[in-house]
Amino acid sequence: MRAGDELAPLRIPITRTLIVAGAIATRDYQDVHHDAEAARAKGSPDIFMNILTTNGLVGRYIAERLGPAAELRKVAIRLGVPNYPDGEMELSGRVTSMGTDADGETAVIEVTGANALGQHVTGQVTIRLPRGGGHEPARS
Amino acid sequence: MADAGLYERIKAYEGRSAVTGGEGRDPVNSPMIRHWCEALGHPVPADGSAPATMLQVWTMAGLPGHGDRSGPYDELLGALDAAGFTAVVATDCEQEYLRPLRPGDRIAFDAVIESVSPPKATKLGTGYFITTRMDLRCAAEPVGTHRFRILKYAPVHRKAPAKRPRPVVNRDNAGFWDGVSRRELLIQRCTHCATPRFPWLPGCDRCGGQEWDTVRASGSGTVYSYVVMHHPPFPAFDPPYAVVLVELAEGVRMVANVTGVPCDKVRIGMPVELEFTGVDSELTLPVFRAKEEV
Repeated sequence: MRAGDELAPLRIPITRTLIVAGAIATRDYQDVHHDAEAARAKGSPDIFMNILTTNGLVGRYIAERLGPAAELRKVAIRLGVPNYPDGEMELSGRVTSMGTDADGETAVIEVTGANALGQHVTGQVTIRLPRGGGHEPARS
Repeated sequence: MADAGLYERIKAYEGRSAVTGGEGRDPVNSPMIRHWCEALGHPVPADGSAPATMLQVWTMAGLPGHGDRSGPYDELLGALDAAGFTAVVATDCEQEYLRPLRPGDRIAFDAVIESVSPPKATKLGTGYFITTRMDLRCAAEPVGTHRFRILKYAPVHRKAPAKRPRPVVNRDNAGFWDGVSRRELLIQRCTHCATPRFPWLPGCDRCGGQEWDTVRASGSGTVYSYVVMHHPPFPAFDPPYAVVLVELAEGVRMVANVTGVPCDKVRIGMPVELEFTGVDSELTLPVFRAKEEV
């Protein structure tokens, strides 16, 4: 892995089921994440994905592209436009820097997730690579 | 802001506790890990540990709500509620993972109000960003930190939909708008040299003649040129949309909207047909419909 490497994008259909199942699996019972009428009453056109699910999907993207040996050290995300039902989010990632810490080699990956409205999420993920791993990003 | 002292009052909460002695409702456990992985389509870690990005899940109060929040955090949110900043949205999440969490780990946590921003104007409405930092432990061992930012804001009340701008009707073009109100598209024609002209003008731009009559357009035309408007978004318009310059069969060109075709499928030379659209109870406008299915 080298700075500048790009991870193959991952397209995730944003279904109503994913939004609701994600909210409940993250124990987030805010009504705007499962009750469309309540969401509309609060000025949103529909339910929308909670930040915990977005955070988990960023983790999933790294896990799917780099495998279980790439250990997450930090995930820092910022939300932009919401993920509403019946959309699609495309996650993409680029290695921006390589480094070392006390336990081995680290990499910082800039991740973005875009839907039809714009950037849903932007962030940086810091991973630690296994020693002598020779880790290459998957390019499926 | 109506409440000039509000920011000073809420800024005073910086450094105060948001959660003291919080405990996870459940220890880290395999069923919650599996349910979370199923919901998110996340690979289930082979070693049984929890995916790192589940960190916050272990601190969530669930449906019963937060019994363990400290007074200052509730006071801060309450002060903002009272000042009209009633809505909340999460904007940032920064997590650091010090070691993997495994089934059986009992999570304890404390959180502090790290910062309260000055009022910020956002698309959602004006509000204050509140950042809390949570430290998670397992027994005495630190296992992670979780910095969370919310925007506590006064929702912008949606205004009545903006009205499309009215045409400026004057003595030189009143005949055109009279025609439109009867669903006729009238083109001026010079009675000296028979040159058609559009838009309406007092004199002929070929011979200068002042006398004219009108021709009712057949309605057939082709796209001579077009633009697609993305920005800026004007009230009553919903970008992106195409604005076409149509060459009418009578030889004049006019600017209008186009229907029956996505804005990115409009092409020069595309045949179009006149129709009239009732924009609201007081305004009818000529538009052009694409003749071919796209």
